[in-house]
Amino acid sequence: MTATMTPLSEVTRSDAALRMFLHGLPGVDQVGAQARAAALGTRSIKTTAKAWAIDLSIRMVDLTTLEGADTPGKVRALCAKARQPDPSDPGCPPVAAICVYPAMVPVAAEALRGSGIHLASVATAFPSGQAPLSVKLDDTRAAVAAGADEIDMVISRGAFLAGRYLEVFEEIAAVKEACGDAHLKVILETGELVTYDNVRRASWLAMLAGGDFIKTSTGKVQPAATLPVTLIMLEAVRDFLAATGRKVGVKPAGGIRTTKDAIKYLVMVNETVGDGWLDPDWFRFGASTLLNDLLMQRTKLATGHYAGPDYFTLD
Amino acid sequence: MSAFEYAPAPESRSIVNLQSSYGLFIDGEFVDGDDRRKTISPATEEVLAEVTWAGTADVDRAVKAARRAYTKVWGPMPGAERAKYLFRIARIIAERSRELAVLESLNNGKPIKESRDVDVPLASAHFFYYAGWADKLPYAGFGADPRPLGVAGQVIPWNFPLLMLAWKIAPALAAGNTVVLKPAETTPLTALLFAEICQQADLPPGVVNIVTGAGETGAAIVNHPDVDKVAFTGSTEVGRIIARAVAGTSKKVTLELGGKAANIVFEDAAIDQAVEGIVNGIFFNQGHVCCAGSRLLVQESVADQLLESLKRRMATLRVGDPLDKNTDIGAINSAEQLSRIKTLADVGEGEGADRWSPPCQLPDRGFWFAPTIFTGVSQAHRIAREEIFGPVLSVLTFRTPAEAVEKANNTPYGLSAGIWTEKGSRILAIADQLRAGVVWANTFNKFDPTSPFGGYKESGYGREGGRHGLEAYLAQ
Repeated sequence: MTATMTPLSEVTRSDAALRMFLHGLPGVDQVGAQARAAALGTRSIKTTAKAWAIDLSIRMVDLTTLEGADTPGKVRALCAKARQPDPSDPGCPPVAAICVYPAMVPVAAEALRGSGIHLASVATAFPSGQAPLSVKLDDTRAAVAAGADEIDMVISRGAFLAGRYLEVFEEIAAVKEACGDAHLKVILETGELVTYDNVRRASWLAMLAGGDFIKTSTGKVQPAATLPVTLIMLEAVRDFLAATGRKVGVKPAGGIRTTKDAIKYLVMVNETVGDGWLDPDWFRFGASTLLNDLLMQRTKLATGHYAGPDYFTLD
Repeated sequence: MSAFEYAPAPESRSIVNLQSSYGLFIDGEFVDGDDRRKTISPATEEVLAEVTWAGTADVDRAVKAARRAYTKVWGPMPGAERAKYLFRIARIIAERSRELAVLESLNNGKPIKESRDVDVPLASAHFFYYAGWADKLPYAGFGADPRPLGVAGQVIPWNFPLLMLAWKIAPALAAGNTVVLKPAETTPLTALLFAEICQQADLPPGVVNIVTGAGETGAAIVNHPDVDKVAFTGSTEVGRIIARAVAGTSKKVTLELGGKAANIVFEDAAIDQAVEGIVNGIFFNQGHVCCAGSRLLVQESVADQLLESLKRRMATLRVGDPLDKNTDIGAINSAEQLSRIKTLADVGEGEGADRWSPPCQLPDRGFWFAPTIFTGVSQAHRIAREEIFGPVLSVLTFRTPAEAVEKANNTPYGLSAGIWTEKGSRILAIADQLRAGVVWANTFNKFDPTSPFGGYKESGYGREGGRHGLEAYLAQ
């Protein structure tokens, strides 16, 4: 459903107008949303459908390492894995992107050259976002200059929870500008927003401000991605497209570790927003351990038996 | 065609051990009868088994067995002992849940995800719940020493065969009565499997008797002079016949009849969840639900938006093989019911309402009806007044809360209603004014053994479920 009849450019002209718009969005019934997500989770995806979903999931992975201990060697190894997730099967597709800290972008850019794999960098004082705007913008520009073509920013949850929506809006818009041609993913950190009403409002806020993707979590806060939160965000991009004609992508990140989980997300995409988002350009998984389980299940489906974990590379 | 085509995911039938022919379950044993009829799968019209249609003499034998068991065994047995049997039955239902679910979907046509996740777990839960009451009856609020009534004659419908059996048998047995139960003529098989479960639980012979058959068998039970209590769930039409039949006798009676529930969506509702609730309200169990939300009352200011969302959602409903785990809507239970639905849908079109169904491919064999909504419906249309008992939703609009209440109550029925709003005060105010036995707020078709269920007006009398459900089986 479309959220408003007001021209959307009008709603961001003042804090009051933005607040009125966001608080005027239809509420989310928590019990109902969770029940819907759980019901979609009972779909039984088998054989050919499962094979299709596994390959699509691999193509949707933003293979991520965001540790203080990351080194050039670690990042190069991850990039090699991104290009060729399963060395024993050249038919296995590459992942969508690598996601690293800004300091690691030059290394990753070098390692991914010519692969067509996107290079995402977290920025804006990830993960807390508690830094002055100028620092966040410099962080963003540096990552883009070093070769990142996707920026995963965090919103200021403190400002959002304090009701300073316009501040959050202007910050996202400024980061979007600093991105230049790079795609902007806006991390809402839904685990800190807590309510689904907040998730819906933050989603609209991020889309109004120009985000190309809305992303659930940094992975540093629990709970990270959940099915109900992703459902609310999918509904938001669907309604935003209907209201404005602009399409925005969705990226659940953190806590998605198994093929079974990934397939539940794809089912939810399929039955909430449809084919249009069943594409790595519009839906991503932010994950590190998910890929190996996808590879394991892919091999199982092809050969009929499980190979031990030693047959899949650890990076 | 979607990019993400779900491959077939059928639940295996092999867990069900169907016999080619079933007798009547009387006095703890299966006994043969003369009149054998075929029972089919409505999804394929395949014959599943033959069952016996009980005549007056068979019913008489069953009532006599029930009387004997009541007098000699079940009536005098301490409540705590009866509870053990009920707990055992509840556990066996849970243990054999897959078998029961597959058989229910085969014989009824409902999707396996519903029989698996709703019907069978709830049936088990009812036995667990009433097992707990069996030794606490003096504390149920019906006197210090409530007594059972004796022999209960119970006649149940085809829409939730096993669950309705549980609703009837569990409180009756907990209170110390014995029963003669007739399942619906099109869905006898899970009741016969339940009879096997009674044997497995070592339930004393005669406490539960299952006689299969059609209307005449039901009439024989209702009219039997040695039946103390009649419990019926089904159409208002048959309910009237039963009420006439027991009038002037000492039989106690409870009737759970039809409905034409209003599902009221206010402009401040959580729209996405309201759409789910509407879908669940009318398309759950193919709309074969007496408390189905078959009349959608939506506030005019959000009607267009809501209908657009509803149609988009309906387009994702998967109609087909009831045993496929991804099926949302299964088969219509019988050719007779299908023709009734078709007739009323045609009437709706004739009356000038706008009919819409999502594109969906229906199987060639079996009985099928696409999920359908009618917009532009007014209170004067038959599809707004008569129970269709199928996947057909009539959409009406209203302008003010008072108008919503007036339209919701303007029906001879009063079984259930739904309210959708994010405003708590409105929920309470509207619920107070609705003349319906169950009012759901921001949800629909939620059932629990602890909650009483029953109707106002022509939706029947008496309550089933909860503490209240015991009253129908106790003499104070």
